[in-house]
Amino acid sequence: MTRIRPARHRMGLALLGLGIVSCGGVVADTLALTDHAAVLDDRGRAIASNPPPTRIVTLLPSLTETVCELGACSRIVGTDRYSNWPPLVRSLPKVGGLEDPSLERIVALHPDVVLASRSSRVIDRLDELGIPVVALEANTIGDVRRVLVVTATLLGDPAAGVDAWQRLQTRIKVAAAQIPPVMRGNSVYFEVSEAPYAAGASSFIGELLGMLGMSNAVPGNLGPFPKLNPEFIVRVQPSIVMTSEREFAGMRDRPGWSGLRALQLGRICAFPAERFEVLIRPGPRLGEAANMLSSCLVKINSRGAP
Amino acid sequence: VTIVQDVVGTREPNTGFRWTPAMLGAVLALATLVLLICGLGAGSSGWSLNDGSTVIWEIRAPRTVGSFLVGALLGQSGAVAQGIFRNPLAEPYLLGSASGATLAIVLVLAAGHLTGVPISIAAAAWLPRLGLVGAAFVGALGGIGLTVVLARGAARPTVLLLAGVVVGVVLGAFANLLMLVSPEALRGAQVFLLGNTGFLGWRSVAPLLLALVLTLAVTTRSGRALDALVLGESTAVSLGLPVARIRLLLIGTLALCTGTAVAESGLIAFVGLVAPHIVRRSVVVNHSGLIAISALAGGVLLLAADVVARTVLAPQELPVGLLTAVVGGIYLLLLLHRRTRAVVE
Repeated sequence: MTRIRPARHRMGLALLGLGIVSCGGVVADTLALTDHAAVLDDRGRAIASNPPPTRIVTLLPSLTETVCELGACSRIVGTDRYSNWPPLVRSLPKVGGLEDPSLERIVALHPDVVLASRSSRVIDRLDELGIPVVALEANTIGDVRRVLVVTATLLGDPAAGVDAWQRLQTRIKVAAAQIPPVMRGNSVYFEVSEAPYAAGASSFIGELLGMLGMSNAVPGNLGPFPKLNPEFIVRVQPSIVMTSEREFAGMRDRPGWSGLRALQLGRICAFPAERFEVLIRPGPRLGEAANMLSSCLVKINSRGAP
Repeated sequence: VTIVQDVVGTREPNTGFRWTPAMLGAVLALATLVLLICGLGAGSSGWSLNDGSTVIWEIRAPRTVGSFLVGALLGQSGAVAQGIFRNPLAEPYLLGSASGATLAIVLVLAAGHLTGVPISIAAAAWLPRLGLVGAAFVGALGGIGLTVVLARGAARPTVLLLAGVVVGVVLGAFANLLMLVSPEALRGAQVFLLGNTGFLGWRSVAPLLLALVLTLAVTTRSGRALDALVLGESTAVSLGLPVARIRLLLIGTLALCTGTAVAESGLIAFVGLVAPHIVRRSVVVNHSGLIAISALAGGVLLLAADVVARTVLAPQELPVGLLTAVVGGIYLLLLLHRRTRAVVE
């Protein structure tokens, strides 16, 4: 212990000094391997994790899901308004949304720690009130891994994070193996919301599709969720369209979209609202998301077979 | 008299070039033509007219024509609003009509979600689309009505504008509140709050064209009354004009213009304010002419903005409402700056 501590201290200082926030994965892993007395969040702040928190407030659905995935659901005492998975968190006190969290209600729950998105507006006030905040933001699948590891370390069980990550990877691999070879490499247009905002190749959804062996109709250099000119999709003619049932309802009526061959041929994955949430939350349910995508691709393939 | 003429003559030399309304109209019509062709050619990967008939005639053509029509409705309503309220700062957005229309649309979206009938701005079929336009019209009318009632009539322009701003903020807050409660409505409305011309199809063009023809028929004929109103309310009444009735009629057309435009393409700011300003700065013209040319100018402005919005970042798109707000806002600031400088000097 005495030999490790100075080393960790030096490393922590060096990393803090360099302000390496984007390399959080490395930091977290290093800390996880050395000690679990503190974790570094995405702001580069060290938050003590000894003793591990027993009263947690989560302010983002994917963070709620992460804590529960790590077997600590019972330690959550409050969540944001949109957290609805696993079902047992639905009955927990709700403390508002990303834009309007109620500081007072959070404080009234006496949390040991608050898990929040980096962009949450309440972070600064919680800091001032001395309530520990772990700010975590997941934009890529690599981030999902980091969030799992950091959260597990915070909860006092770093191994659980590694396990959860491995479970997630296994599920994605199993899902990928189920996709018929003829479907692989087909281009997918994934619409997040009408405007239209797409999930490009560089988003976590795009990464997941890539891991399943699919190609993305929207190139990664346009950014993760670009707002596209609607005619772009009609011209690109993606092989498969994936979206929520809500967006799909009116898709054929959009000017010119009846000419989309994927719509004409029924090569569509339209997910009901609650299932769609599994796909658009960068959290531990991405394994389930991979399974949903592969099931849909299998179904499209069997329908298309002569 | 000669001295006065001399002074006027030296201050406004007749040797310089003066636009006439007909010339300005012709230039704007020419610009419309050029922009219509640009609109057909501006695609998601550069300029081309060989992208297949679906892309050109089902997507680009209606959105190009639709953008022009939305801009024309907004330009027209700006000119009318500035005439009725005798205030160069009046525009549908400052009179509570746009926020009223927004609130109505968010209400419809939320209700659609509650009843399990998903309504999408991008692709509503005929009936829901007419429903949206109707709701937006009622909302716009309600917004302006509330503003006029709060200001106790339209006689005092400053009070009216103040009331309009307050109504706009309050109705906007209600819309936000509703979106907070119903995330589904929020998702639908987000597109719409930034202004979007991307999904204007032939089904949108029809109601837009109908609204433009109907309202222009009314407003250009009310030009004389607006001209008389410039001289003051009592003068207009003493000229035998039914001022109250005409004003009511014009407020109705204002609501129809804004309601239709908002229902089809969301919130597009500043076009209604800037278009009549450009016309008034360029030519001396009566209200009938001002309204007609402002409609043309508004159409040109929004169509140009739409072409820019889809070409700068292609295949991505800028929200056209943001673009008009930035460009229109800067223009207005420059105008104010010049005016205050002129006053100081």
